Amino acid sequence: MKISYYPGCTLKTKAANLEMAAVASLAALGVEVEEIDRWNCCGAVFSLTADDLIHQVGPVRNLVRAKEQGAEKLVTLCSMCYNTLARANRIMQTDTVKRDTINRFMDEEIDYLGEVEVVHLLTFLEQEIGWERISEMVKVPLEGLRVSPYYGCTLQRPADVGIEPFGSFQLMTRLLESLGATVMPFAAADKCCGSYQILNGQDGAQSTAATILKSAAETGIEALATSCPLCEFNLGKQQGKLLANGLIDSAVPTYYFTQLLAIALGVAPESCRFDLNNGASVDLLKNKNCLVAA
Amino acid sequence: MTLTITDQAIALKFFEKLKELSGENVKLCMQCATCTGMCPMAAEMDHSPRKIMHLAQFGLVDMLSASNTFWKCASCHACTVKCPRGIDIAKVMEALRQQVLRKSKNYIEPSALPAERIEELPQIALVAGFRKLTS
Repeated sequence: MKISYYPGCTLKTKAANLEMAAVASLAALGVEVEEIDRWNCCGAVFSLTADDLIHQVGPVRNLVRAKEQGAEKLVTLCSMCYNTLARANRIMQTDTVKRDTINRFMDEEIDYLGEVEVVHLLTFLEQEIGWERISEMVKVPLEGLRVSPYYGCTLQRPADVGIEPFGSFQLMTRLLESLGATVMPFAAADKCCGSYQILNGQDGAQSTAATILKSAAETGIEALATSCPLCEFNLGKQQGKLLANGLIDSAVPTYYFTQLLAIALGVAPESCRFDLNNGASVDLLKNKNCLVAA
Repeated sequence: MTLTITDQAIALKFFEKLKELSGENVKLCMQCATCTGMCPMAAEMDHSPRKIMHLAQFGLVDMLSASNTFWKCASCHACTVKCPRGIDIAKVMEALRQQVLRKSKNYIEPSALPAERIEELPQIALVAGFRKLTS
């Protein structure tokens, strides 16, 4: 099986661990990943003002690329890319006035009418591979690892593009359970990590991140699994600062769900780029005997 | 003929603009404060999201523009999905931000960010932050 894939800018640098682990895992599952040619930035956040169409051109242009290259589905990994592309796609599918304006503006491109389906990898794994098949393919079960999905905002909100309803974390729960991990729900699982507010003074984003991490630790959760590089930054990479400032008492390592998938499938740990996670993340997997060759 | 610009005229103009930019009708709000209960950034805000909706209903432009609420909004859409009146509050916050940003005013100054901060931040944080907080 071959899939068309849109990476987004962060996955080529700061979040190479999200992408490389996904590509290696999909290869192990017999799926070939084909990155679309000439992709550009998705815009990171969907433009919320009704009159602002110019900021839809970026995401729509990526969908045009996918259509040109014959893709029926476009798979994304980054939650923010997923949200921005899926919402722009909704405009092209449902708002004929805006669609015509955008198509006329991009007169050098083929007309786009919302033909491509934007799919997040979690949805793809459920629909095209299935949890049972994944469970059969597991070589290193994540036994004894108490982990919780942390979806962040953009995978679930708003409802018309959410991969599942707000407050439900079934897709990633089923995936992690298929890998042998123990999934535990926690109270702050649906709270925002603070997102781009990390640029706007640190207090706001730090207190929201601390609330989430404390809630997870108090529930007995050892690790969080995410699909968003901004959640991973606010909750994972910033954790040292939160510990140093006394905002949290104990570390809760964070992983991309693709990294946990990769190690469970017995993919070489080098593909997971754990050097891009914080140190506590690597130590936890070693303690659980999940990192076989590292 | 002399046209007198009254507070009421300013409020009406503001109200129209807010509706045009957000596509939302703030007068539907029944002040239940579910948005405030859901908001992860409420503690950072000088006025809660509920109060912003109230100020917007009355077109109290000066109080709204002095507020930090819509600058602290993380566009997480928790308010939007839970509003019992179906108002997309994240869009109202965006419309309030845009009315300032479209006058070429920055809320944060990109050049003031320390180099080591820019180095460590993921690209999506920079793109998202600059799009929401700079003109």
